[in-house]
Amino acid sequence: MNILVCVKQVPDTTEIKIDPVTNTLIRAGVPSIVNPFDAYALEIAARIKDKTPETTITVLSMGPPQAVAALKECLAVGADKAYLVSDRAFGGADTLATSYTLTCAIDKLEAEHAPFDLIFCGKQAIDGDTAQVGPEIAEHRDCPQITYAIEAAVENDEILVKRETGEGYEILAAKMPCVITVTKPNFNPRFPTIKSKMAANRAVITTLTVNDISVDDTKIGLKGSPTKVKKSFTPPPKQGGIRIIEETAEDTAKKLFDVLSAANLL
Amino acid sequence: MNKYALTEDQLMIQELAKKFADEVVAETVTDLDCRHAFPVEEVKQCGEMGFMGICVPEEYGGAGMDHLSDILVMEQIARHSSSLASIIDAHASLGSTPILLAGTEEQKQKYLVPAASGEALCAFALTEPQSGSDAGQIRTKAVLDGEKWVINGTKAFITNSTYASTFLVAAKTDLEAKGSRGISVFIVPTGTPGLEVGKPEEKMSNHSSYSCPLTFTDVRIPKDNLLGELNRGFPLFMKCVDSGRVAISAVAVGMAQGVLERAAKYSKERVTFGKPICENQAIAFKLAEMATEIEVARAMLYNTARLCDTGLPFSTEATMTKMFCSEMCVRVCDMGLQIMGGYGLCNDYQVERMYRDAKLLTIGEGTSEICRMVVGRAVLKEY
Repeated sequence: MNILVCVKQVPDTTEIKIDPVTNTLIRAGVPSIVNPFDAYALEIAARIKDKTPETTITVLSMGPPQAVAALKECLAVGADKAYLVSDRAFGGADTLATSYTLTCAIDKLEAEHAPFDLIFCGKQAIDGDTAQVGPEIAEHRDCPQITYAIEAAVENDEILVKRETGEGYEILAAKMPCVITVTKPNFNPRFPTIKSKMAANRAVITTLTVNDISVDDTKIGLKGSPTKVKKSFTPPPKQGGIRIIEETAEDTAKKLFDVLSAANLL
Repeated sequence: MNKYALTEDQLMIQELAKKFADEVVAETVTDLDCRHAFPVEEVKQCGEMGFMGICVPEEYGGAGMDHLSDILVMEQIARHSSSLASIIDAHASLGSTPILLAGTEEQKQKYLVPAASGEALCAFALTEPQSGSDAGQIRTKAVLDGEKWVINGTKAFITNSTYASTFLVAAKTDLEAKGSRGISVFIVPTGTPGLEVGKPEEKMSNHSSYSCPLTFTDVRIPKDNLLGELNRGFPLFMKCVDSGRVAISAVAVGMAQGVLERAAKYSKERVTFGKPICENQAIAFKLAEMATEIEVARAMLYNTARLCDTGLPFSTEATMTKMFCSEMCVRVCDMGLQIMGGYGLCNDYQVERMYRDAKLLTIGEGTSEICRMVVGRAVLKEY
């Protein structure tokens, strides 16, 4: 089994700061972490590897040179190889340009090594929250995708995925190759060990620049990004509501009616 | 910020231990303490991560790191759980170090390798009901009968006994020899007939770390289970006590740090007379004093660990450090609990537990009084 996990380094806070002039994230001074959903994706891949030890897990990230730190964290908890796509030419990319660039990098890795059976992504990054890059990679590659996965297991030549929906859970089977985006499962990513962390710290991570992968220059970076950010802001926290739980359903309904009437909503 | 000039590897292991302590240990510590339950899962995870054999060379399955790295891990774990830190200390510094120092290659393969991975927990059995501080007065004896050693006697307060796979047992082998002479160390696997582990003591501190009496009734072990030289057990144990004292000092510094963090947080949140209590000098001065005490202790602790790692003599320094850090921890716990008032007395706020646990540190692994005796002797020898 040959697995790729796409990861993003994100600021370790939900209260991110935005540059008011450029409307982009201010990264300086904010500690960085592996996007939590990507860490879950890696854990699900690592669990497949636990069962099928001949599996290889490659992690791929696109970002500034310091994103190497995030890739090293991944190497300490199950990844075997790591690549960073990093070049000024890729800067300012929106989700479309990012997914295009990653897809080109994936093509290159596949040409050099072996095709990926599975590509895992976190459902979304906690900084941008778009949830678009994973599905876009699947579209660029014209391959099946399963979103919001919380468990995945390989069975014969299929991947069985448990996914979370608004109504409950679905269990889907898909042929591979397949792109899977992952949401929070009911387990935590494993801890590194002293040895795995030291080995990861010393690992040399290959950086792929615009010269290393073949891309259409008009589809990358700011130029290749149709999205224009008008304004970024942190929405005000929701005000606490009221909870209506009376002894019986009927009383609860009555109370709700009273509340809505009092607010002139009925 | 690297304010203690730690190496890259030391910073890395510290970060790893902090993550484990904050995300795992902190979550379960109160519940385990209330139930007097041994942290089975946490110990297992410590083994998997490599925390049970930090100073054991890599060829024996350890992490092959220095003592300061071990100290950094103990400190982080003790920020939340003195019990778990003490279990690791008893296992690693006291239980498996004698095998590393004096074991034959065969003994190391058989007992040190599983100890370093945490698969086999070790216990260090020296103390007896009538001999704690005067460890030379032990009465447990071992007699050679053909190809077997036969051990008889009792031990007291032996940490990890209930879950241990391997006991390191001190016994008198030359009954004529006086004082601490004529003592040897034996490896006794758990389950050996005649070895009985008693009920854990109901003690004030470290509810999740079990200290039990042991009874040896004609316990027969192979001749090869003698560890190190015959009748030279006492100096071997004393070497381990030195590194054990450094480790227990780390428990003290870590716990004091944990109390400072909790008390400072509380003082910012607790409002009386219209303002947070941290705005009162009475509180801020206490916090300043606590932080300064911890800073002094930590500087002393890291220095002693570095002496040990450099191969310089550190025995007196280890004893001074143990004495100062453990007493410092008691003082800091007292101030922290006072800041937290009534809530400080409540189990939910955790400082209540830490206050109880701190007291163990001035008693275990050499009481404050024994430490002063040892240091006093060294001072008089020098001047």
